[in-house]
Amino acid sequence: MEQVLQQLINGISLGSIYALIALGYTMVYGIINLINFAHGDIYMIGAYIGFACTTFLGMSFIPALIVSMISTAVLGVIVEKVAYKPIRKSTRIAALITAISVSLFLEYGMMYFVKPETRTFPEVLSSKNITLGNLIVNNKDIYIVIITVVMMLVLQYVIHKTKIGMAMRATSMDSEAAQLMGISVDNTISTTFAIGSCLAGAAGVLVGVYYNSIDPLMGMMPGIKAFIAAVIGGIGIIPGAMFGGYLLGITETMVSAYGYSLYKDAVAFAILIFMLLIKPKGLFGKNVREKV
Amino acid sequence: MRKLSLVLAMVLVLSLFVGCSSQQAAAPAPSANATESDKGAIKVGLNYELSGNVATYGQGLTEGIELAVEEINSKDGVLGKQVELVKADNKSDNAEAANVATKLITRDKVVAILGPATSGNTKGAIPVATQHKVPLISASATADDVTVDSNGNVREFIFKTCFSDSFQGFIMANFAFEDLKVKNAAILMDNTSDYSKGLTASFKERFESLGGTVVTEQAYQAKEKDFRAVLTNIKSANPEVLYLPGYYEEVGLIVKQARELGLNVPVLGGDGYDSPKLTELAGNEALNGVYFTNHYSSMDDSPEVVKFKEAFNSKYGKDPDAFNALGYDLAYFLADAIERAGEAEPLKIKDALEATKNFQGITGTLSVDENHNPVKAITIIEMKDGVQTFLKKQQP
Repeated sequence: MEQVLQQLINGISLGSIYALIALGYTMVYGIINLINFAHGDIYMIGAYIGFACTTFLGMSFIPALIVSMISTAVLGVIVEKVAYKPIRKSTRIAALITAISVSLFLEYGMMYFVKPETRTFPEVLSSKNITLGNLIVNNKDIYIVIITVVMMLVLQYVIHKTKIGMAMRATSMDSEAAQLMGISVDNTISTTFAIGSCLAGAAGVLVGVYYNSIDPLMGMMPGIKAFIAAVIGGIGIIPGAMFGGYLLGITETMVSAYGYSLYKDAVAFAILIFMLLIKPKGLFGKNVREKV
Repeated sequence: MRKLSLVLAMVLVLSLFVGCSSQQAAAPAPSANATESDKGAIKVGLNYELSGNVATYGQGLTEGIELAVEEINSKDGVLGKQVELVKADNKSDNAEAANVATKLITRDKVVAILGPATSGNTKGAIPVATQHKVPLISASATADDVTVDSNGNVREFIFKTCFSDSFQGFIMANFAFEDLKVKNAAILMDNTSDYSKGLTASFKERFESLGGTVVTEQAYQAKEKDFRAVLTNIKSANPEVLYLPGYYEEVGLIVKQARELGLNVPVLGGDGYDSPKLTELAGNEALNGVYFTNHYSSMDDSPEVVKFKEAFNSKYGKDPDAFNALGYDLAYFLADAIERAGEAEPLKIKDALEATKNFQGITGTLSVDENHNPVKAITIIEMKDGVQTFLKKQQP
């Protein structure tokens, strides 16, 4: 029993990371129906910016996080303007292929600049263990869960209660009609990318601090896992992405806990296929789907 | 397309013939030289990874070899002749390693080839060396099947001066059972690496034959970052020691996460731990109680090692690592064999290499066994507050 609880804790902390990346993923999809495969790589670049800030500029955790979030927001907007805007009217497959190319470009471009080796984050957050009986929780686990939940709530607030959120929802429903109502679709989409990439940058720094290890291909697998998490929750639905992230994290951990650690990725992808076959709109997408 | 491949196949077959005939012409050349004049230098080929993804290994070995050859030449060389190194870059590539070997043998007419560094690249060069009957010695290819083929036959012209993977596991099992006095071990291996699997198999076999029990065996895949699920499993099995054969990138993260989860048993591993990155990833404190087998320790204070360290430091301005030391020994090992062969001729060198007994190197005293593997001591290193400290030398 104790072991199951400990594995549950492990699963939640792993799931938080998927959830954190999935939030930005699902938001961009919700607004412009584009699966932004480069999201995982913006997360990687966010981690490198955080690394540069803490290692070379000697910043502490919070300033590094903020610098990284701002830089990735700018990068997200640049990617959108350069790569996605010119093909906004093209077929979806063209957009998808472009997204994959952007992803590979960022990965191997970074590899050229920062070299393929793993780098280690300086210890900017002290690590403390909190023991409850025989259960062990790390203080970083708690930070990461809190940050994920707070970000989810902030995102929900921005989308449902603010003017720019309203513009986003309008654009997502019908971009031409929104334009006729005086909404600047270009600006709205740019803002969406900025917010999404900003979240990815934050996730990158958090993961860098959490695992203490970053490399140029670190965004590949978590990016895909976050995509699975988004699909589980219903792609485009923000609380769904968070739920999906936790579900995936706990599932993977439990698969490992029962001794099948080598099959956990296979299980994750099996869940993706299963969801797409049985409930393509995701667990949270059953009612009239309100895209964010 | 079919025609093209046919043409390519023909070219390949032809090149084999050309290779054979040029070798026949080449073989007598060095001995002829030797009788005509004693002034001709002895040419030794270096087939190393000077660029590409494992370039640091090849460069490290080359530095060690160059230092040794400089010393040898300043002391009248070998058989009264100077040793001339012919360096070639195999670009960390199997196919290129074979090309380089062919070039060194047929064009440069070397009497022996040193390298490549990794087991994979060495295997690429083996067919060429065997076909041309030129001895090839690797100082760092630890895979068991470098000197012995899959049918268990010894490869006649291939030698190595480093211990085999299976030996590392064997020694660590002895160390766990006899020095740490533990009976229950857990194993966590990298399922994507032959190196890790090889070490696991030999550790397990030896540990169980000594009377120990492997309480749980778990696996991970290279490039993963979160190991807490498997570590929680291991912790619940209550092992007294964790055998963790792998490379430093994952090992660093695993040790860190293990300590965070309260798994504070000693961790044992192999030469894949030897990198400053290990300390950066895991942190000094987490690494206490980590032991691994290695070729050499710069902390070893025996007089030969100290002398080597000084010489290396004055030439390159840095402390030598294990690859530098292996390269240095490799050059002396070959020089010793040529001296005993009495003539710089590939077949005689091969016979002399086979007969090597108690060669004194800085990575240990070495004899060549019937499988062309060295019988030599292995160094056990203990991590103390993030610093590699020399614990002991374990004789085979």
